[in-house]
Amino acid sequence: MRYAPTLDDAALREREAMRGDAAQGAARPALGRRALPAWAGRLGLGLGLGGLALGLAVFLGLPLAAILLKSVTNDAGWAGLSVLAGIVAGDGFLAMVGRSFAVGGVTTLLVVPAAYAFAYGLTRTRLPGKSALRTAALLPLLAPSLLPGIALVYLLGNQGLLKSLTGGATIYGFWGIVAGEAFYTFPHALMILLTGLALADGRLYDAARAMGAGPLRTFATVTLPGTRYAVFSACCVVFTLTVTDFGVPKVVGGDYNVLAMEAYKAVVGQQDFPKGAAIGILLLLPAVLTFALDRRLRARQGAQLTGRAQPYAAGPNRGRDAAFLGLSGLVAAFLLLIIGVAVWASFIRMWPYNLSLSLRSYDFDNMDGGGWLAWRNSLRLAGWTAALGTLTVFLGAWMMEKVPARGVAARGLRGLAGMLALMPMAVPGLVLGLGYIFFFNSPSNPLNALYGTMPLLVLCTVVHFYTSAHLTATTALNALDPEFEAASASLKVPRLVTFFRVTLPMCLPAALDVARYLFVSAMTTVSAVVFLYSPPTVLAAVAVLNMDDAGFIGPAAAMCTVIMASSAAAALLLHLASRALVARTQAWRRPAA
Amino acid sequence: MLQRDNRYSARQAAGGDKSRQPSDGFLSVRNLVKRYGSHTALADISLDIRAGELVCLLGPSGCGKTTLLRAIAGLERQDAGAIVLCGRDISHAPPQERDYGILFQSYALFPNLTLAQNVAYGLSGKRAHRRHVQARVEEMLTLVGLAGSADKYPGQISGGQQQRVALARALAPSPSLLLLDEPMSALDARVREHLRIELRALQKRLSITTLMVTHDQEEAMVMADRIAVMNGGVIEQFGTPRELYRQPGSAFIADFVGEANWLPFERIDSHRARVGRHELAVDAALQTGTGKLFVRPEAVRVSAAPAGDRVNAMLADVLDGVFLGRGYRLALRLEGVPGATVHSIVSPETGDALLGPHAASRCWVELPRHAIRAYA
Repeated sequence: MRYAPTLDDAALREREAMRGDAAQGAARPALGRRALPAWAGRLGLGLGLGGLALGLAVFLGLPLAAILLKSVTNDAGWAGLSVLAGIVAGDGFLAMVGRSFAVGGVTTLLVVPAAYAFAYGLTRTRLPGKSALRTAALLPLLAPSLLPGIALVYLLGNQGLLKSLTGGATIYGFWGIVAGEAFYTFPHALMILLTGLALADGRLYDAARAMGAGPLRTFATVTLPGTRYAVFSACCVVFTLTVTDFGVPKVVGGDYNVLAMEAYKAVVGQQDFPKGAAIGILLLLPAVLTFALDRRLRARQGAQLTGRAQPYAAGPNRGRDAAFLGLSGLVAAFLLLIIGVAVWASFIRMWPYNLSLSLRSYDFDNMDGGGWLAWRNSLRLAGWTAALGTLTVFLGAWMMEKVPARGVAARGLRGLAGMLALMPMAVPGLVLGLGYIFFFNSPSNPLNALYGTMPLLVLCTVVHFYTSAHLTATTALNALDPEFEAASASLKVPRLVTFFRVTLPMCLPAALDVARYLFVSAMTTVSAVVFLYSPPTVLAAVAVLNMDDAGFIGPAAAMCTVIMASSAAAALLLHLASRALVARTQAWRRPAA
Repeated sequence: MLQRDNRYSARQAAGGDKSRQPSDGFLSVRNLVKRYGSHTALADISLDIRAGELVCLLGPSGCGKTTLLRAIAGLERQDAGAIVLCGRDISHAPPQERDYGILFQSYALFPNLTLAQNVAYGLSGKRAHRRHVQARVEEMLTLVGLAGSADKYPGQISGGQQQRVALARALAPSPSLLLLDEPMSALDARVREHLRIELRALQKRLSITTLMVTHDQEEAMVMADRIAVMNGGVIEQFGTPRELYRQPGSAFIADFVGEANWLPFERIDSHRARVGRHELAVDAALQTGTGKLFVRPEAVRVSAAPAGDRVNAMLADVLDGVFLGRGYRLALRLEGVPGATVHSIVSPETGDALLGPHAASRCWVELPRHAIRAYA
């Protein structure tokens, strides 16, 4: 029985007397929507999820499979574990594994406590200048991992500024790598710990204080247990990043050979692919292991913080604030010193003989490495990665989180896509890049034409940074009312319309965050793309590597500066765009005038 | 009464002529089953809702009432059984093909759209219809008393107003069925009471068939034409509020709807029961050897002195009295029935007399034989 709402009771009675749908229909057109047929939605979801799963399978799963395959074959064909065993037992290989672990362990032991104290200062104290400290601490994200190496060479290298302070010790080697990796991994650890420390239930602290616990006891019984998963997570990230990075060892490693460096040399220098594959697998193992453990712990932590938690607000305490200001200031000073030295050095005419300023190092077109073309390529790569990646990530996360999958096939597809979306986090860039070589460079692959082209670089970069972006999108989507989709279905509005009219606008700040993350990561990444570029698609961060290789350390510093400036400009631009968009399109966030 | 008879199968109903359908089959749920692993959320549920009536699904949390509503809405898929709306089998139709409007506890208004855009969300997007759509939006907002706020955003109005906008949005496309999923449980008590009456008045005026889920029995009593009380995945009783209150079909219903006094008994004969030292006469025939007698507090008569030879009269101590304004709620300990406390609603005068500073705090309690029901 149809009815038409009206305020006129007489008309209502009259209409009830007639009770004719036709009569109403003549009065006005049927204003309700006509629902899309069910098969259209199912087909769309199937195609979307299927496409995503296929894409991730081809650009992540198959390259990894190619590494595995490569490590068990040699020129003669199937070789089983003999190749791997041969390489592992080879000359000095185990010592190299030991060196990698030593560097990873020491860096973790240095970085995580420092980052914890820094994050604690930012979230749990009232120290002044929080946003400035935070910005300074996150600056290393804007630079490729080669920058700290270059800066260290200028500072403590054989002709370094502070060489006299080292007492004859050399920066090339263990401590150089550790210092560089500390700079490179600090912001990553800091972000994780900031999130962990921000999730505090103020009521627990009130309870602890009411029961007479002192600050140390409170820290040991409330703060530390509440953040132990974040600490573990940070340890995993720092260790994995350190062990798989070859930017720092490349510049300041000297004779101190580590696994990542050896893989790079094996593939790029010696064309020894089985060795590269074997090291790739060795590097994949700890990464996958820590990742799996991390996911399990995180799932268990889920229920810890309830919706009723009160945010923690630090009380005034001058001594504490001063101590943390000193500590944070020291860390920030170290980070700024490294960046500052690299930037300053890029403007020096002739290190160390002529310290007058000049733009000589920026004359990229007259030296090896790719020049300004590399920089333009990097911008293109970053732009495409941000645009394509953000859209894919959000559509993918939305399909997985917000569209009900009916039937075994659809549910299986969703599970597969969800698993594939989490995998990139467990795969170091170096391993991903090696996989791409083995898979796409193989002449028998029909996708071989992609090798060395910009589209493949974009796809590789999107896949490389997929998981973090995916998790951000998922969090943003899950913060929305779960009944939006049900309400729009009852109104017969197609899901995709609701996605573009409601869901995406609501998630706009998160989407711009994702875009910024992808842009900056694409600007600075070396590890995967270094194996995939061709002369016309050379990238800025790769150019830094090549210029450093050729001994042009000044221009390398200059290119680092250019990368950092571009990343910062893009990040700032996106931030401002986000603010402007929020102000213009999100009037609903403002209270009534 | 549990409606389990299948006078016509779902298939027949789907193919049948609309006008010849019996009126109580406007929305028919037949033998619906839904399991989550080993847990059975809906165990063979059947329910017939007449055109234009408001039916409440009432029950404690976890009884399956929300699952039933979501199954009717197509948001959950049942494992077995059929749903027929308006003579059309919608058991396997996706939500958008079912033709209903729905209200959620969280309102689910789109925060980035104005109230007018929200109400227009389910209306035709065709250019030719724009004027009509605009008129309908205004009409709907007027209907819910928010005519002047078309350009505000949901975040700028109160919770009660938001739920009204959600109602306007749900009704705008003229659905044949309105589903309400605890629509008022996020609101303040005051607002809730007000909106309750408003919603019911509107529903009656538009005579739109409505199914509402609630755990608040007062809400159900105030609003519903009929109430289906659910427990453990089955409908325990389906009837008017009056029937549920006066003739509860089971001890669960008696306890869940309204207040209840329970006295354990032993059967003497079909109309006499032993309760403690007392022998009580009962109108209803006693079926079981032992069980519990049930009396509503307002049926328990209390007087200061014995009068004549009353049946079922007992002496009692007044334990406590709560002043309710329109009367007192007394807690009484029956003499000769160890461990039994009986509650009674009495007039202010009786209460004043029994609870005054010089009162004896003893009284006579009479349980009228017609007001007693027995349950196993």
